[in-house]
Amino acid sequence: MQSLSSVDFAPISNSQEVHGISRPSLSYWQDAWIRLKANKRALTSLYIVIFLLLFTIVGPWVWRVSPAAQDLDQVSQPPGSSRVALIVDDYTPWFGEGNSPETGLRTFGDPTTQVVRLQWNTLPGAAGHRIYRNLFPLGSERAYGIPIGEFFDNNTLFFEDRLDLKPQNYYYSVVALGQFGELLDSYELIEVDVKRVTTIAEALEQELISHTNNFQIGDAIDMAWHPLGTDYLGRDMLARLMAGARVSLFIGIGAPFLFVLFGVMYGSIAGFLGGKIDQVMMRFADFVVALPFLLFMILFKIAFGVGPGESGVLPMLVALVILMWPATARLVRGQILLIREQGYISASQLLGAKTPYLILRHMIPNTLGVVLVTLTFAIPSAIFTEAFLSFIGMGVVPPIPSWGSMSNEGIKTMLTTPHELIFPAVIISITVLAFNLLGDGLRDALDARMRNQE
Amino acid sequence: MWLYTFKRLLQGVVTVWFIATATFIAMHNVPGDPLLNDRAMTPEIRANVEAKYGLDQPLATQYFIYLRNLAQGDFGISFTQENRQVNDIIREHFPVSAILGVLAVVFAAAGGVLWGALTAIYRNRLPDYIIMFFVILGISVPSFVVAALSQVSLVNLNSLVGTTVLPVAGWGTIFHMLVPAMVLGLGTMAYLTRLMRSSMLEIISSDFIRTAKSKGVPPARIFTKHQLRNAILPVVTVLGPAIAAITTGGFVVEIVFAVPGLGRFFVEAVQQLDYTVIMGTTVFYGAFLVFMVIVVDVLYGFIDPRMSMK
Amino acid sequence: MTKPVLIANDKRFAQSAVKQLGLYAICTIMGLTVLMYLLSLAAGNTGGGSGISGINIEDNSITITLGQEPPQLDSGRATDAASFSVLAHAMEGLITYDQNNQLAPGVAERWEIREDGATFWIRDDAFWNDSRPVTAHDFVFAWERVVDPITASEYAFILYPIKNAEKINQGELPKETLGVHALSDQILEVEFEQPTPYFDKLVAFNTYYPIREDFFGSTNGRYGADADMLLYNGPYMVTEWVHGSSMLWEKNPYYWNEEKGFLDKIITSYITTDVNTKINLFKDGQIADTSLVAPMLPQAMEQRWQIDRVMDGTVFFLEFNHREERITSNLNFRKALSLAQDPNELVYKVLKEAAYLPAQSLFPVWVQGVSEQFRKEYPPREHKIDVLKAREYLELARQELGLDEFPPIVFLTGDTPISLLASEYYQQLYLENLGLEIRIDAQIFKQRLAKMTSGEFDVVMAGWGPDYFDALTFGDLFASWNLNNRGRYSNEEMDKMIRIAQSELDPQIRMDAMGAIQSIIEEDVVLIPMYERGVSFVVDPRLKGLIRRIVGPDVDYNYAYIDVYED
Repeated sequence: MQSLSSVDFAPISNSQEVHGISRPSLSYWQDAWIRLKANKRALTSLYIVIFLLLFTIVGPWVWRVSPAAQDLDQVSQPPGSSRVALIVDDYTPWFGEGNSPETGLRTFGDPTTQVVRLQWNTLPGAAGHRIYRNLFPLGSERAYGIPIGEFFDNNTLFFEDRLDLKPQNYYYSVVALGQFGELLDSYELIEVDVKRVTTIAEALEQELISHTNNFQIGDAIDMAWHPLGTDYLGRDMLARLMAGARVSLFIGIGAPFLFVLFGVMYGSIAGFLGGKIDQVMMRFADFVVALPFLLFMILFKIAFGVGPGESGVLPMLVALVILMWPATARLVRGQILLIREQGYISASQLLGAKTPYLILRHMIPNTLGVVLVTLTFAIPSAIFTEAFLSFIGMGVVPPIPSWGSMSNEGIKTMLTTPHELIFPAVIISITVLAFNLLGDGLRDALDARMRNQE
Repeated sequence: MWLYTFKRLLQGVVTVWFIATATFIAMHNVPGDPLLNDRAMTPEIRANVEAKYGLDQPLATQYFIYLRNLAQGDFGISFTQENRQVNDIIREHFPVSAILGVLAVVFAAAGGVLWGALTAIYRNRLPDYIIMFFVILGISVPSFVVAALSQVSLVNLNSLVGTTVLPVAGWGTIFHMLVPAMVLGLGTMAYLTRLMRSSMLEIISSDFIRTAKSKGVPPARIFTKHQLRNAILPVVTVLGPAIAAITTGGFVVEIVFAVPGLGRFFVEAVQQLDYTVIMGTTVFYGAFLVFMVIVVDVLYGFIDPRMSMK
Repeated sequence: MTKPVLIANDKRFAQSAVKQLGLYAICTIMGLTVLMYLLSLAAGNTGGGSGISGINIEDNSITITLGQEPPQLDSGRATDAASFSVLAHAMEGLITYDQNNQLAPGVAERWEIREDGATFWIRDDAFWNDSRPVTAHDFVFAWERVVDPITASEYAFILYPIKNAEKINQGELPKETLGVHALSDQILEVEFEQPTPYFDKLVAFNTYYPIREDFFGSTNGRYGADADMLLYNGPYMVTEWVHGSSMLWEKNPYYWNEEKGFLDKIITSYITTDVNTKINLFKDGQIADTSLVAPMLPQAMEQRWQIDRVMDGTVFFLEFNHREERITSNLNFRKALSLAQDPNELVYKVLKEAAYLPAQSLFPVWVQGVSEQFRKEYPPREHKIDVLKAREYLELARQELGLDEFPPIVFLTGDTPISLLASEYYQQLYLENLGLEIRIDAQIFKQRLAKMTSGEFDVVMAGWGPDYFDALTFGDLFASWNLNNRGRYSNEEMDKMIRIAQSELDPQIRMDAMGAIQSIIEEDVVLIPMYERGVSFVVDPRLKGLIRRIVGPDVDYNYAYIDVYED
């Protein structure tokens, strides 16, 4: 039990701080920005998005490799493979000359990625021969591998293999054929270690060496470096991803931008004018919404056709814009209708504000939050659509790369050269994810203010 | 309520007309000739084939014939699959896509509600993180990648176990439906999980839940009667368009899993420029979409007490 | 957002909520199972395979895939590979092919080809699957129908060697005037428009199959549209056809030849073009055989499958637009393009298909000459890439055409993965070697044909497959009257040689003319040969006797049987 004295009842001194402002007043945007920054996930996504934009715009200046240049000696190389190659002479056809004294299946000359030359002697009981090449040694089931040559007489006892030779071990078999071309039992097998080679002409073309004087046959040089590997035509993956980013992001950001812009204009006019005009405008928007999206994307693509040399980017952009603006228009109109009823609008009007002022100063800025969120969510959806359409072949036309068409190509060789699928699929996923999370964060940040207005 | 339904139906019919017209215009702007084949035709043969398909009439006449046939439910004869009515094609293959679509949506909805509720309950704890991780995968990995990968995994699973656990492709039994439906529904499931999650969280912190708790309503009742039921509403609204979208977007799954659905036929028809099949399928899907949305809207009106007061 | 104070800390609440969810999950799973079961009943009605295995020993049946749904099975009007495939098993013509790709008696047990016509003696034990015999009248009816302009058969031209066929098809004569008559039920007499020594090879083709008139009349215009809208006289009958999904072929008990048709059932259960799916099905043992493409080969080797390969008979080439207003009508320009490329690089480094051969001529390697391979008797000129020379020719062309610079060249191509791959390769190649800008115009099949016919291209990637087993099927491609000569190449010497090859009876003179055709094509650079297509494929080791054909159905199961003692 405390005792109270008159001192306790003395008035508190007048301090000026009471009349001050405890913290600076924040505008809507500043408040939202602070909230956004506090959201770790959204912030990370923002950084990712910025990085992607840099990757697309600045990237080609840093990594100056053409996305179209075909390095045919390094087709479908995963990243980090060895690049050392010996220099050899240009290829000349061989017709089996130069018999070596050995017998049986043997190589003639050094087996290289340019050509593997094989010779053999007639197998017992053979009326012809067949050559197989395998990646694996022969087992008890006698699976010889892929057939790469057949001869239906015993005069041709040599073969040149030039098919997709990689610097690794191959197992070649020669199997006897019977009269009607059927496989007989006798065969011979050798293991061959293929060395990577290149020619001076090829090296010059790939700009690996500046002039021929310094290099001779037998020297070792490094082939072109591809940090992310190469694709099925020997093109640099990193350069292609950058070029693909241009297309995918151009569509992915450009289309939403355009249709959101159009949607905002359409929706604000409808919302503001109200009444009959509003009804009619919205009815039209409903029609467009009803069109089955994917089907019409495809229809537009084939209706506009793609002329030779065109990329197919523009039709897709136009189709996306045409099919997607109504959703934004709807949203904006709803917002406008809401705002119209707000107190501060009537207050402004009472103070003498004219219509254009109201629209520009009050309505549109207050819808921007919603619009921004829609935009951010529309982008991954547009990117997905582009990827999907390119996947079923209704997207951009080769040789224009896009992440979607690269994934399409990559899926075919998914099990043998996964890097061709992984890189474009991962970058699509990261982009989509980043924009989604950013949209989430934006919505949370902007939403809070809006919710408190209710 | 019924007036509303009737009005919506009327709107639906007009919308379908709009779709039909848009399709007609799009198709007739397509360059190329559906009648050409590898072996060239003499002009006489060509004229015969053209007459058979009515291609020699002026455009406006073709449009009216088209509309009249549509009104009678006749989508015409396929160009490439001669002697087959487009109606037959739709009738035989749409149910397949629909079954796949419905199953996928049910998977997605059931899963979405379940996972969403779980993440809301265990917010910011381990289950939340795990589930959200998969959700993130689900919304960012493209569907064709998932389809291809899952088929390959199935094959490996089958060879590992020794017998066919699940068929790798095809259609006809309950086992054929499982994997394609799941793959198809995955993206939507992830999306619904998020939706459910935010909806649940919003409800959880809302006033009437607090009231119920302070009233002493048993937690179980709060959960089902109030939270779940209200949180599900946004999910239900999305369901209608979701079913339609999944059904039409199932191309990739149908192609990869060799399911004889309408989506796959549509893609093939586009590749062969089969006018009638393309138009018929598009109008059909459009109509289906429109009426699904109407159905859901009307149903929603019955579920949501707030709606009926409008 | 206000923090959800209540939930995360309230353990009891969370527990009961989870229990609720658990209950809900169980209910859902049960509900789902019921739903799926109900749906599967519905699905069962829509047909489809029910997991029948690739090889079924007890049933003596196999399951296979079809690339596409046949539009219809009307032998007189079919034009696509899927229809040909089915018809080759379900029907039989006068002459057929045996296991060694040699002509063998079909419905006709013997025949005679003369200068003015041919006679076929029809066997008396050839029956339709409704037990009535196949007669000469059936052939007369079928052939008259094919040339009848009302039928609008796109393959009518293959009957043109028959007297009056072309005129009937143009509507100038009634169809009864066709030069084919049934002298009796067993004797079929044909009159030629001009001598046609290779008529026996023509007759094996689908369009020449018989159709019975009374049955045709009873189908009311739906002939060939469904399984029961056809009569079958081949080793198998189509007993079930679920459109877009599956077909069932069963052994035809009325078929005469015991050397064919050993399986009881062939089920085509999957219709898909996705190669991944086919491989997976084969791996899973669901289908009996499949073709392989290059990306699948490593997997196939890993699985230790027995891989086989065969040529499919088609040749692919870059065809030029020879119309006057086009740059490609200039010979030096074409020479430049030809010398700047090497088909070997295309096949070995870019396409990487083990079964493809770099092409050396319009005539593929398997075509027969007088007594040996055509290309052995008439070797094509050797091609060697020579970029410097190519540039010289290009410069000459530029001067002749009076251009400062070459405009972009339009490369028309298809939309298949291989065509796109090849066109991407060529685009870069010609840019680097000749500094030409190539614009790729990728079109779907029908649009590509449309553009070819209207001449909207400079170069087109085209292919040609054989209709019958004679060099002429390639040789007459560039006749100035041939509608398939879409580049409009016109050369009197070529036309003259083709006429000789068409009507000359002496095989030596015929083949000499073909050799001349080949030389003209080389010297005039009518086209640039790219590759001869082949296919690598795998077959379940228990299935024997499967034949892949160059002419005829791609895969022929007529001689296939299950070898039970294997494995």
